[in-house]
Amino acid sequence: MQFMLLFSRQGKLRLQKWYVPLSDKEKKKITRELVQTVLARKPKMCSFLEWRDLKIVYKRYASLYFCCAIEDQDNELITLEIIHRYVELLDKYFGSVCELDIIFNFEKAYFILDEFLLGGEVQETSKKNVLKAIEQADLLQEVSKLHFSGQCISMLYC
Amino acid sequence: MALKMVKGSIDRMFDKNLQDLVRGIRNHKEDEAKYISQCIDEIKQELKQDNIAVKANAVCKLTYLQMLGYDISWAAFNIIEVMSASKFTFKRIGYLAASQCFHEGTDVIMLTTNQIRKDLSSPNQYDTGVALTGLSCFVTPDLARDLANDIMTLMSHTKPYIRKKAVLIMYKVFLKYPESLRPAFPRLKEKLEDPDPGVQSAAVNVICELARRNPKNYLSLAPLFFKLMTSSTNNWVLIKIIKLFGALTPLEPRLGKKLIEPLTNLIHSTILRTTFQASVISVTWSFFQLCVQKLRILIEDSDQNLKYLGLLAMSKILKTHPKSVQSHKDLILQCLDDKDESIRLRALDLLYGMVSKKNLMEIVKKLMIHVDKAEGTTYRDELLTKIIDICSQSNYQYITNFEWYISILVELTRLEGTRHGHLIAAQMLDVAIRVKAIRRFAVSQMAMLLDNAHLIASNAQRNGICEVLYAAAWICGEFSEHLEEANQTLEAMLRPKVTTLPGHIQAVYVQNMVKLYASILQQKEQSGEKEAAQEITQLMIERLPQFVQSADLEVQERASCILQLIKYIQKLQIKEVPVAEEVIALFAGELNPVAPKAQKKVPVPEGLDLDAWINEPPSDSESEDEKPKTIFHDEEQRHSRQKQPEIDEEELARRREARKQEQANNPFYIKSSPSPQKRYQDTPGVEHIPVVQIDLSVPLKVPGMPMSDQYVKLEEERRHKQKLEKDKKKKKQKKEKRGKHHRHNSLHTESEEDIAPAHHVDIITEEMPENALPSDEDDKDPNDPYKALDIDLDKPLADSEKLPVQRHRNAENLKSPDSEAPLAEKKSKKPKKKEKKHKEKEREKGKKKEKEKKKSSKHKKKKHKKEKEEKSKDKKKSKKKHHHSEEEAAESVQNGTLDDEPLPVSGSALATPTYDIQGNLQNDSQVTVSVILENKSTSFLKSMELNVLDSLNTKMLRPEGASVHDGIPVPFQLPPGISNEAQFVFTLQSIVMAQKLKGTLSFIVKNDEGSTHEKLDFKLHFSCASYLITTPCYSDAFAKLLESGDLHMSSIKVDGISISFQHLLAKICFHHHFSVVERVDSCASMYSRSIQGHHVCLLVKKVRALSERSSWGQNSVSVDGKCSDATLLGNLLAEMKETLSSC
Repeated sequence: MQFMLLFSRQGKLRLQKWYVPLSDKEKKKITRELVQTVLARKPKMCSFLEWRDLKIVYKRYASLYFCCAIEDQDNELITLEIIHRYVELLDKYFGSVCELDIIFNFEKAYFILDEFLLGGEVQETSKKNVLKAIEQADLLQEVSKLHFSGQCISMLYC
Repeated sequence: MALKMVKGSIDRMFDKNLQDLVRGIRNHKEDEAKYISQCIDEIKQELKQDNIAVKANAVCKLTYLQMLGYDISWAAFNIIEVMSASKFTFKRIGYLAASQCFHEGTDVIMLTTNQIRKDLSSPNQYDTGVALTGLSCFVTPDLARDLANDIMTLMSHTKPYIRKKAVLIMYKVFLKYPESLRPAFPRLKEKLEDPDPGVQSAAVNVICELARRNPKNYLSLAPLFFKLMTSSTNNWVLIKIIKLFGALTPLEPRLGKKLIEPLTNLIHSTILRTTFQASVISVTWSFFQLCVQKLRILIEDSDQNLKYLGLLAMSKILKTHPKSVQSHKDLILQCLDDKDESIRLRALDLLYGMVSKKNLMEIVKKLMIHVDKAEGTTYRDELLTKIIDICSQSNYQYITNFEWYISILVELTRLEGTRHGHLIAAQMLDVAIRVKAIRRFAVSQMAMLLDNAHLIASNAQRNGICEVLYAAAWICGEFSEHLEEANQTLEAMLRPKVTTLPGHIQAVYVQNMVKLYASILQQKEQSGEKEAAQEITQLMIERLPQFVQSADLEVQERASCILQLIKYIQKLQIKEVPVAEEVIALFAGELNPVAPKAQKKVPVPEGLDLDAWINEPPSDSESEDEKPKTIFHDEEQRHSRQKQPEIDEEELARRREARKQEQANNPFYIKSSPSPQKRYQDTPGVEHIPVVQIDLSVPLKVPGMPMSDQYVKLEEERRHKQKLEKDKKKKKQKKEKRGKHHRHNSLHTESEEDIAPAHHVDIITEEMPENALPSDEDDKDPNDPYKALDIDLDKPLADSEKLPVQRHRNAENLKSPDSEAPLAEKKSKKPKKKEKKHKEKEREKGKKKEKEKKKSSKHKKKKHKKEKEEKSKDKKKSKKKHHHSEEEAAESVQNGTLDDEPLPVSGSALATPTYDIQGNLQNDSQVTVSVILENKSTSFLKSMELNVLDSLNTKMLRPEGASVHDGIPVPFQLPPGISNEAQFVFTLQSIVMAQKLKGTLSFIVKNDEGSTHEKLDFKLHFSCASYLITTPCYSDAFAKLLESGDLHMSSIKVDGISISFQHLLAKICFHHHFSVVERVDSCASMYSRSIQGHHVCLLVKKVRALSERSSWGQNSVSVDGKCSDATLLGNLLAEMKETLSSC
């Protein structure tokens, strides 16, 4: 997979993950072009399109479009499956996810994606394992946060 | 300290966090840009604070802004700071930001090497995980090289979580640093049988991706994969395995047979996903039948996705087994009516492969109907290109009737708003030139087009269809002898409306008008109609001025030339001199098509060195590669000049003669018709084929605009007739060859070969230069990113291929001081090591190595001195401290990492600290020296104290009341095998000169036997570069600074640079703390500021060494510096020279 984009029906980018190093300018250009093309498609159309020398696989969930770019030899249906699995993960993590969850916790959305895919390849097919990894990492984060704020408070009082 | 922290946390309460930022942006819908720029200012303030939590928060917000499209590259350094935070919370944010915004061009990326290495070896698996994830997004060739070994170690980590990630990231590393593939492959293979299914599937993934290139390597793994395929229940893995087999089967036919059974099972069970993967595998016929049937079910499915994929898979099968797909033509034509454009396009692709002589007309007819119906220009354009592609594929193989094709092309010109006018035009030209028999018909059609030009050109600006007029004009002019009503066409071309056409078309108009004129003139003169001839001349003289006034230079030039020519002709005509012969001679000769690759295929004559200088090279650097270009330039100019007619007849004749002469000798030039035999000797089927008369069963001229449909009907009749005839003949048992066009005298009545073309056309093959080079190299794409993975994995690993392990360069010099014998041994070892390293690195780095050698020998001398001092000490546990100067560090580790990983040296080297000097932003006369102390012994080190002998200029900052002879305690103790970093602040008076300070580190070594007090001497080298602080500068501010004129100037030049310019800049940025202001090609301006506010501006230029042949390919770099202090600049440049000359 070359990259994954999440954008809203209004064309606002909500998440982007690039597995190929590109300059910001190129990224912006690609994003703009793709968002336009995908939004122009009607709901009854199929989820695939050819774009430059890549294949674009996208799917709409409520107001969000999930859009992946894959190479010629890659499998479209499995990409759809990847998108779906990611949505399921988000759903499990946030508890019936909505666009706002992703906007306000965008870093969490990235962390989940990073546990699921690495370098554009599926890293863990088991939902349970991904969520477990995220939970533990979050726990680690909470501990250090607690520790930190605890330190602050104790200092305030001394 | 505590107060500061409290203050920091209070500040933090008032800071915006990410949620506030997002909320704020949503509340400021109208003035979002303003709000965000305000936020960025706040973030910049936050980044300046010391509190890492504040910084992390700022970086987190920046990451969000980056997604919204704001540039945050300026914060790259802060991101690295957050990445190196010790707390996971911040580290996670730092790596996320890095993975989002770093790319190969990011300067500071090389600073991360060490941090990443540290995180990779972190005891916390999530630290390692986050580092691996981040690295996967921004890995560069340098990072890949430096970290390959670390990642390879992680592949055998105890935690599957890490193993899995390490295996996957190896693929990225292979792509960036292909040399690592061979050494890492055995371990990757092991992972296929890893007990953890996640690791296993990761390994399958990586090998499957690797098999894109040189699948041969992975053939030996086939049995293993076969086992996996039959046993695995994980669909994700299954699909990857099938994909891998797809790459393997062409190499091993037996594999295909073996696969049929499991694949058939899979198709029946998980039909949806696997079918089209399987279709890639070339197996047996029956299997394909099965596939195609399954696909048909898919295509007929109501789900659009499946329909699309079915078509896609069908097109894959079509490539290998066209017959099995062709029977589904009806279905595919049906798909052309689908609502979804993607599906229609897929169906079109399929049609491309399905046409045959028999069904071409029918398919194109269907397509033409779609063209008319199609809404939306993109789809219509797509249809148009497809029609042309379908018809012209493999050299017009399927076209039996070119008149039909021309009619189709003419019909296509009636499309509104298409962008592909040039495509149609190119086809018209190609057909008219290459199919001689069709010229008469083509000319008549083109004349009609020219006549109706107003229809086409009415909205010339808006669409590209007027391009066809270019072709029409050229065809009418060039083949004017076939034109029946030349007068009328000429008039059409002289209409005032023509001047609204684009310039290049007008230019062709003007040129071809003369051709037409010449042929009319000849015609009239032959028939003795002098009046008419003069009339036509008069017409030209009247109308041409409108072109002379054209704004387009080409049109203007051609028109004025021609106008003069015609005026001259008029004079001659009045004198009743016959001129037609002379005029027509201007355009004598025939133009033949030249293959597009012909130019490339011209072999370089023996003895011609294209790289050699023709003249003495100019001393200036600018015109490196312009020389060869100008040769061709001249030639082109010469050609175009020849085309312009001259008035002077003698001159004309002379030139014509010269031109013929030149053309005869010029392999690039299209030859005129006489004696083509020689040239075509090796191109079969051109002039040898007798041109047969046109079968007149088809009317040559169709009234009105041509209707291709008529041809379809006619064709059907003709074929029917042919068939009848054939049947008759068959009955008579006459099996004679029926003409050259029958390639085989086949017995199948309906087979393709039986359809004879309507006219016997000889399609002229395109010209190639004599002894053209064989065309094998054409297909390889030099930009293929996977090309590098084309590595033979079966060869045994050579020593030189071992992954570079980061080792401390000076470590080998650390020797136990107790005897001379080990020293001698080390010495003898050293050359070997060098040699090995030498092999590892590319040849170009040889120079650098030599330099390094010199340095290390220098070190050796120092060591000798130290030895003497320490002779009295306990030999068993002596501790050495050795240091690097900045430049030395630069060489020891390519990426400039200052951390170290000492070799396990036998003996008693206990600690090998390094240091880094950084300017202090807050105080203009302070620098901070960070020293990394590492305990390599088995003893415990404590009570470490660092003392430095102050100089007048540089003093260590000691606590108040301490005397200058007191050392500063190091605030930690070192257990065995642990390293830590201590910071010391130094005050400086002047910073224009580099400084060296002597110092001592004293410490207590404690072990079972008791404790001893030891000390270690070292030197601190304060280079001038360490006083510089990387400061970004905008180009306008930079320009102002240069203009101000109060800067001193100095410059240096370094020869023999072999690294890339990009790399070189990065080196300067990193080692000398500069930032790039602007870069144009191989020239860059850079800026930095000293802690005392001196501005330093640099202009770095890459100059290719021209004078010496020996240094071919190597480059010189010139650095021009400007600085507010001349001494500082001089010292800086001297330091820089040292760095650069080691490149």
